[in-house]
Amino acid sequence: MAITGAILVLFLIAHMYGNLMIFGGQEAFDEYSHHLRVLGAPMLPTNGFLWIMRVVLLASVLIHMYAAFTLWNRARQATAGKGSRRYHSKKNRTGVQRTYASFTMRWGGVVIALFVLYHLLHLTTNHIAPGGASDSPYERVVNGFQIWWVVLTYFISMLAVGFHLRHGLWSAVQTLGKNKARRQRAINAVATAVAVAITVGFLIPPFSVLFGLVG
Amino acid sequence: MTELYTEGAPIRDEKAPDGPIAERWDKRRFSARLVNPANRRKLSIIIVGTGLAGASAAATLGEAGYNIKSFCYQDSPRRAHSIAAQGGINAAKNYRNDGDSIYRLFYDTVKGGDYRARESNVYRLAQVSVEIIDQCVAQGVPFAREYGGLLDNRSFGGVQVSRTFYARGQTGQQLLLGAYQALERQVAAGTVEMYTRHEMLDLIVVDGRARGIIVRDMVTGEIETHFADAVVLATGGYGNVFFLSTNAMGSNVTAIWRAHRKGAFFANPCFTQIHPTCIPVSGTYQSKLTLMSESLRNDGRIWVPKKKGDTRDPRDIPEEERDYYLERMYPAFGNLVPRDIASRAAKRVCDEGRGVGPGGLGVYLDFADAIKRMGRDAVEAKYGNLFDMYERITGENPYEVPMRIYPAVHYTMGGLWVDYDLQSTIPGLFVIGEANFSDHGANRLGASALMQGLADGYFVLPNTINDYLADGPFEKIDENHPEVKEAVEGVRARLEKLLSINGSRTVDSFHRELGKIMWDYCGMERTEEGLRKAITLIRELRDEFWRDVKVTGVNEELNQTLERAHRVADFMELAELMCIDALHRRESCGGHFRAESQTEDGEALRHDDEFAYVAAWEFTGVGEPPVLHKEALEYEYVEMKQRSYK
Amino acid sequence: MRITLRVWRQKSRDDEGRMVTYELDDVNENMSFLEMLDVLNEKLTLQGEDPIAFDHDCREGICGACGVVINGVAHGPEVTTTCQLHMRSFKDGDVIEVEPWRAKAFPVIKDLVVDRSAFDRIIQAGGYISAPTGTAPDAHSVPVPKADADRAFDAATCIGCGACVAACPNASAMLFTAAKITHLGMLPQGQPERASRVVKMVNQHDEEGFGGCTNIGECAAVCPKGIPLDTISQLNNDLLSALASGKL
Repeated sequence: MAITGAILVLFLIAHMYGNLMIFGGQEAFDEYSHHLRVLGAPMLPTNGFLWIMRVVLLASVLIHMYAAFTLWNRARQATAGKGSRRYHSKKNRTGVQRTYASFTMRWGGVVIALFVLYHLLHLTTNHIAPGGASDSPYERVVNGFQIWWVVLTYFISMLAVGFHLRHGLWSAVQTLGKNKARRQRAINAVATAVAVAITVGFLIPPFSVLFGLVG
Repeated sequence: MTELYTEGAPIRDEKAPDGPIAERWDKRRFSARLVNPANRRKLSIIIVGTGLAGASAAATLGEAGYNIKSFCYQDSPRRAHSIAAQGGINAAKNYRNDGDSIYRLFYDTVKGGDYRARESNVYRLAQVSVEIIDQCVAQGVPFAREYGGLLDNRSFGGVQVSRTFYARGQTGQQLLLGAYQALERQVAAGTVEMYTRHEMLDLIVVDGRARGIIVRDMVTGEIETHFADAVVLATGGYGNVFFLSTNAMGSNVTAIWRAHRKGAFFANPCFTQIHPTCIPVSGTYQSKLTLMSESLRNDGRIWVPKKKGDTRDPRDIPEEERDYYLERMYPAFGNLVPRDIASRAAKRVCDEGRGVGPGGLGVYLDFADAIKRMGRDAVEAKYGNLFDMYERITGENPYEVPMRIYPAVHYTMGGLWVDYDLQSTIPGLFVIGEANFSDHGANRLGASALMQGLADGYFVLPNTINDYLADGPFEKIDENHPEVKEAVEGVRARLEKLLSINGSRTVDSFHRELGKIMWDYCGMERTEEGLRKAITLIRELRDEFWRDVKVTGVNEELNQTLERAHRVADFMELAELMCIDALHRRESCGGHFRAESQTEDGEALRHDDEFAYVAAWEFTGVGEPPVLHKEALEYEYVEMKQRSYK
Repeated sequence: MRITLRVWRQKSRDDEGRMVTYELDDVNENMSFLEMLDVLNEKLTLQGEDPIAFDHDCREGICGACGVVINGVAHGPEVTTTCQLHMRSFKDGDVIEVEPWRAKAFPVIKDLVVDRSAFDRIIQAGGYISAPTGTAPDAHSVPVPKADADRAFDAATCIGCGACVAACPNASAMLFTAAKITHLGMLPQGQPERASRVVKMVNQHDEEGFGGCTNIGECAAVCPKGIPLDTISQLNNDLLSALASGKL
């Protein structure tokens, strides 16, 4: 869970960096997009890097989901199917100290998975093309994000990603055995900072398009 | 007095070798017969109780290859009450180079016990104390260490050397977990079969030998019989006869009392230790008392108001209206007089009506001067955790308001009589730890209980029980044996009786009343008149109990009321014997203080010419006069002296 | 003070169980929580009703026998054991809901009493140092750095009450298991079995039906002995290196 999560986080950072290229204008963005396809050439054929990446990412996602479902299932078994709602008392249902992020890991993860499908159909394959299809990645982005509800769906999804990262990053450090009592506060602070940075980083382009700063 | 008991033939410890005291343990280990490893597999031992003594014995005998069945009434062996011991464990390591030695530990223990313990046993205890520390460290017990990585030591009441090893204020917990883990390792290895939530209700004696036990499965109520070639009782002390004590709620006398009824002699039952610094009773609902480390007396000053019934806030009572009674009465030792003296003095001022707090049963332990002298931070660094504990329980902040303390029962030196091999007067019945009487005489020194429990379990019993088992395996018996049938019937009848009375008083109300009688008349200060009165009251209460107790539910379920009822029923019988023992011992020694026998200064006055013996009592029937067997105590290595703390 | 109690009553393992309401008028704020239950039980006994069964023994916060979920929180509103919780932590007129630890690995035996023998089996799997009696070298033969000894001690203070499991949304016993791993793993005496210990104990933990750890931290927050969350990280670290080294 921690290792696949870490791979996905690294991907997100690269992805976010790419997205911010949109501020360089259509040419720069499309050039970057094309560059991804020929990355590693001539050692790799066209799209070779992308496919390696896709395989790694897909494997990570599947392993991540498998681990998540295993944990989920074990928790259901261990709590007799009642999860954190196994006590009759309705008091203190939010626990003693747990973060909102830790509550949303499972359903938040499902939201993210659905979003990824939607996102791929939208901007990668362009099967969903609100605002009009295009061969230019730049135009796809600009066309889509001029519509308020598209931005809203991305906004909600990015919040889910942010919460997922907030708990996920801290959790990964702990799972990999690198937490120490004196580091714990710092690790949590970094997790929050990275989660916020990635969420904000991803949200800048769509909002910029929506408010007419780009395109 | 003779109407209360009769005197029988003297008794002798036949097993202790003679010769130089330092060689006796070696001699006994050599003369004790061995059982070869292949034969051990054919022999079985039942061990009841999983405290320091029981768990360590089960683990060690399991390692040796015997078939062990281990029993505890708790849900896990790790919960035995040894876990609550705070202070530490003594060992004559002399790591401090401060003149400590096996001989000195032996000497201190005999003297601390006010010359009512056996020299041979105590010397052996001091000898094996050294091995205990080695064993515990090897098991991973996290003792306190210094920056150099070596073990730290502290000093403890009544001695002048630093020989106490400790793990913060949780030494008992850490030692017990070490023994518990060793026990669980043997459970995994298959040499020990563990029975949790099983309570021993009777001993099975066949042809004069202890051959098994009858237990109740506390979840299903099933009455089970278990057989073995030898039975070991490690069931702890009986301080709960006082209802309020520092013992765990479940601590009880049933196992050793049932063995006593079957023929095991009970030695020195009246020797109880009362600890001066406990948190006082706050109301009638009080269920138990909590000990606070004695170290508090190093900096706290003990006082009560000079006026009777003074209910002012202690901070409003001016200096000249306070009585720092320990400093007044014992100028040399002041607040640091030994436990028994501090306890009695507190009782005396409270009896005068000058006690403080709810019910007037408490004295102030004031840190105002210490805070002024050392600063609050220094006090906090030294006693912070104790202050926190006090505040959690009482809701008062001891940095602002003086603490209230009062003495409480916390250890019983008496127990089943055993010989040097730790075997009782019933062949095949061995008794270890606090359950036996052997090593502390009339008073136990601080940090010696843990030492004795582990000495018995790890090192003594495993080297002596084989001498008995060498004659085994004994003839097979089963539940159809007439003596077994009779014992099982007896147990069932008793439980049915308890359930059928359906009277009007709860078990706890009887227990509380019994405790009050014992505390008032057989507690810190005992008199002939009081003890006689107590015996009458106990007999009346016992009759009333069997007439009017209310036990709800049925046997065939988890029934905590029934569990308590049969424990209290046994306390009712023990209480009488304790009073008879206290009455017959017309001297003061250690924890036993007879008002009629004191020096001019009010200190305990022994009568060595008459009472230098162990009183071993034989059971003859409930309410019948028990038979006293005296075991004479001879001192070759320590000279008997009067204690003085002026 | 006046208190309304809603308590889980369940006659036996197979019984359905339900919450039952009781009123107590004469609660003293200096009572411990368990003494308050004692008072209720005395009342119930005199009325001929079955008193509430609950585990308890030392009543000074060290044996680990007691433990109930109070208003949804293991051991209630203070970070301490149930026996050390006092009624002054509640207000006059409060409704207090009392339930047993809930986890599949901790089946209810009766009322508030649960079966925690799974913890013993986790210890049996490897929570010890194999040092048969009599084999020990002198206690001073191996010095232990104070920092290691202190960390071992902090972890070793676990009382095995099970609050961590009760509080964990996954009903995981990782904090309990990790405390023992950390205690023994910090000491030189614990090194020879360190790798096999962690693997065996974690396997047993999973076999008992406890959930997996997702690092939520509720366990450490309710732990009456303050076992820190980083012990679980230590366990993970030991587990990873044990699996990587392959020397089990």
